[in-house]
Amino acid sequence: MADLTSNFIGIKSPNPFWLASAPPTDKEYNVRRAFEAGWGGVVWKTLGEDGPPVVNVNGPRYGAIWGADRRLLGLNNIELITDRPLQTNLDEMTRVKKDYPDHAVVASLMVPVDEDSWKAILGRVAETGCDGVELNFGCPHGMSERGMGSAVGQVPEYVGQVAEWCKKHTDLPVIVKLTPNITDIRKPAQAAKDGGADAVSLINTINSITGVNLDNFAPEPTIDGKGAHGGYCGPAVKPIALNMVAEIARTPGLGGIPISGIGGVTTWRDAAEFMALGAGNVQVCTAAMTYGFKIVQEMISGLSEYMDEKGMTSTSELVGRAVPNLSDWQHLNLNYVTKARINEDMCIKCGRCYAACEDTSHQAITMTEDRVFGVDDSECVACNLCVNVCPVEGCITMEELQPGMIDERTGREVEEDYANWTSHPNNPGTCAAE
Amino acid sequence: MPDTKLTPGITANRLPEGAYADNFSDLHPPLDDHEALVAADRCYFCHDAPCTTACPTDIDIPLFIRQIATGTPEAAAKTILTQNILGGMCARVCPTETLCEEVCVREVAEGKPVLIGQLQRYATDTLMAAGTHPFTRADATGKRVAVVGAGPAGLACAHRAAMLGHDVVIYDSRAKPGGLNEFGIAAYKSVDGFAQAEVDWLLQIGGITVDAGKSLGEGLTLDQLQSDFDAVFLGIGLSGVNALGVEGEDKSGVLDAVNFIADLRQTTDLSKLPVGRDVVVIGGGMTAVDAAVQSKLLGALNVSLVYRRGQDRMNASQFEQDLAASKGVRIITNASPTAVHGNGSVREIEFEYTDDDLTPTGQTFRLAADQVFKAIGQTLQGEGLPNLDGRKIAVTGAGRTSIAGVWAGGDCASGGDDLTVTAVAEGRDAAMDIHTQLMGCAG
Ligand SMILES: Cc1cc2nc3c(=O)[nH]c(=O)nc-3n(C[C@H](O)[C@H](O)[C@H](O)COP(=O)(O)OP(=O)(O)OC[C@H]3O[C@@H](n4cnc5c(N)ncnc54)[C@H](O)[C@@H]3O)c2cc1C
Ligand SMILES: Cc1cc2nc3c(=O)[nH]c(=O)nc-3n(C[C@H](O)[C@H](O)[C@H](O)COP(=O)(O)O)c2cc1C
Ligand code: SF4
Ligand code: SF4
Ligand code: SF4
Repeated sequence: MADLTSNFIGIKSPNPFWLASAPPTDKEYNVRRAFEAGWGGVVWKTLGEDGPPVVNVNGPRYGAIWGADRRLLGLNNIELITDRPLQTNLDEMTRVKKDYPDHAVVASLMVPVDEDSWKAILGRVAETGCDGVELNFGCPHGMSERGMGSAVGQVPEYVGQVAEWCKKHTDLPVIVKLTPNITDIRKPAQAAKDGGADAVSLINTINSITGVNLDNFAPEPTIDGKGAHGGYCGPAVKPIALNMVAEIARTPGLGGIPISGIGGVTTWRDAAEFMALGAGNVQVCTAAMTYGFKIVQEMISGLSEYMDEKGMTSTSELVGRAVPNLSDWQHLNLNYVTKARINEDMCIKCGRCYAACEDTSHQAITMTEDRVFGVDDSECVACNLCVNVCPVEGCITMEELQPGMIDERTGREVEEDYANWTSHPNNPGTCAAE
Repeated sequence: MPDTKLTPGITANRLPEGAYADNFSDLHPPLDDHEALVAADRCYFCHDAPCTTACPTDIDIPLFIRQIATGTPEAAAKTILTQNILGGMCARVCPTETLCEEVCVREVAEGKPVLIGQLQRYATDTLMAAGTHPFTRADATGKRVAVVGAGPAGLACAHRAAMLGHDVVIYDSRAKPGGLNEFGIAAYKSVDGFAQAEVDWLLQIGGITVDAGKSLGEGLTLDQLQSDFDAVFLGIGLSGVNALGVEGEDKSGVLDAVNFIADLRQTTDLSKLPVGRDVVVIGGGMTAVDAAVQSKLLGALNVSLVYRRGQDRMNASQFEQDLAASKGVRIITNASPTAVHGNGSVREIEFEYTDDDLTPTGQTFRLAADQVFKAIGQTLQGEGLPNLDGRKIAVTGAGRTSIAGVWAGGDCASGGDDLTVTAVAEGRDAAMDIHTQLMGCAG
């Protein structure tokens, strides 16, 4: 069986599956049970300054959206950082780390933007024996109104500054957790790197309103007739998170800064995808909150089966494997031509591909009176819409036309050589290629 | 003129060519990939899942279904087989409607359970098709375990013991291993020689020798096994058959259902297997249903299943009863056989109506019959066995018998239902207990 042990910026854990800083890691009771269930590490629920802890609302904190069969796809929350006293958390972390020396315990921190506050908390956190700190610059609600969380994460100068203070006042590895509520994720990542951070983790939650109650006209979740925007997470945010991870991983200036991938990781496959795009490990919140700690067993068995199948013996062989294949649009091969192919044996004749292509795309799906569906190559632009709307996985596939074959849509022979937009005759910027 | 359903008496070849293959094909055809994903998606991944609690072998059902849903059916199979090494057979033969699927929260809420059995088959079939065996043996312990009976109990015990590093010899009086998996289970539940294929796959673990054709009581004695081995496990099932105890029972055409089924399972050409035109099966359990349904599938014109108490007391599940009814078997309840009539061969069988307490009513009726199958229960056979509890070997804990160093499990042992899955659980647990004792650990 593949070796899943993970070493992320020197922090070792039995596997690359960590629980993200959030309710699952809010207390000793949870974390012990999480480790027993198989999680490799935790980032403890974010700690704030000493003194009276923050308070949470006493009504609903979560809103959600669902797919078919009420499968939870996206979760929105208005919870703040830990509402338990700092010392209680520190004592619990100390005990847990002592009993689980091989598991990763990382402290997540959020204090006001001044050096003394950071220095003070870092000193106390170091005493717990934890493996590292994560700076929460991501929380997009409540804390941001107080100048913390995403209010810091959205200003690269602050990010760099705090990272620098932290590196100055602790020997522990410093991870900067980024907010996705920003236009260009590379800017705060760069700032974190310049500030000396050892790694970045992303994403935190995305500003969101999950729904509006149409009887009392208040956003959900509703607190006494009012609602505030929350932070969105769960399977729905994975594509956004993957892209942000990829942006960082493929930017040469960021020098391959280690990444902890977060956002919608629900299965082993999600985790493997984050890792292939450059994440050294992954963190999980919503999936655990939806299904319980036990789901890590599927992540472990799935990742190790996959690695065995691919002949990978260590997770480091997977990390970053897809990064060289990240490309700008302009460099995609325009001589790569495919056509949709419908497997008639698998087709259940629902006609969704037809509706999609006929009404909204290229009128390339044909339909006979007795509901046999086919593809008209002279119209098919290979957009993939039919593949995605077909209810039967694998029923419609894309077939690559080999060089020398005729693309019936353009009437042109498929060329063997790679050619992209930069040299295309229609590109106004092309300086005459020949 | 070829025989037909109408031909009187007991004869073969009643059906047109091709009908046999159709009739005896898979009861539940295997799920394809798409169907498996759709079925798996319905599972809620329940906490402390009721389905797992209901499974005699405690398979982690939510986990294996999630592993299917995430595209790793072989990992799912490993989850299943870790608990139940005959998970492939159990997926086919378990009465899921009274086990895991009965308590699935989606059965309770909507009357439509997650298709646990069929998903289990999907996963185990995938792994077995790959030809791999996911378990390896621990370091050799130098201990030897004798297993008597190569049915599900014996096979499960042998596999677990071998996995723990012991050397195992399995003895069975039959020429082939498998027990009732090979000789009893309805043909349409285990098609294409699955029972033998599964045994071969199971033996890939290594360290198990099968000595077929050797019987305890004929050549082998318990004393001798105990002196030759460090531990003995008895999984000898129930090889005796209860008699009706009525006049005329010895007439030809009156047979034990289990023998008929064993013949059916071993026949390579079902069209050659003779069956009556008018068949009467006596009993109310799985064996009765299987004999009745398979008679019908072989081309019998009229098949009646007669049970002495009310329908709600029948051991066969509602699903089994519905299956029988859907194949055209007529179920008659509250009737006890009183006499078999006929001149040398059975011609009619006479019944008396009885209430649920079997009180005779004095009202009788006769059914035409050229073949009668007795399916009123099997019994333990053997001399010099450990102490009995009623009609089975008394066991405590994980199959410990009254004789130190001798364990028992499966149908021959007291406690638990007479089901394949229960036999597997008992065989496995006995092996764990044997291991603990042999290795001198606490316990
Ligand atoms: C017709 C029929 C249909 C059934 N259908 C189902 C079903 O659909 N689902 C289900 O869950 N259960 C079913 N059962 C019950 C199930 O088959 C049994 O509960 C299960 O096989 C018990 O396993 P076992 O290992 O205890 O015994 P068996 O399977 O009976 O195996 C015992 C083995 O021991 C051998 N043996 C016996 N005596 C000796 C001896 N003296 N020396 C050496 N070897 C010996 C036998 O040859 C046999 O191989 C059915 C039973 C019958 C009879
Ligand atoms: C209820 C809730 C509370 C959270 N609290 C914190 C927090 O205190 N600190 C933090 O860094 N992130 C917090 N997060 C964000 C998560 O750690 C994680 O970044 C985000 O949920 C995306 O991952 P997911 O899609 O696996 O849930 C919280 C998320 C939720 C749902
Ligand atoms: S999940 Fe638990 S704490 Fe939350 S509302 Fe429901 S019962 Fe209350
Ligand atoms: S969407 Fe898929 S299943 Fe439906 S008609 Fe088209 S090819 Fe067939
Ligand atoms: S009870 Fe049903 S829904 Fe729940 S875990 Fe078991 S199979 Fe899944």
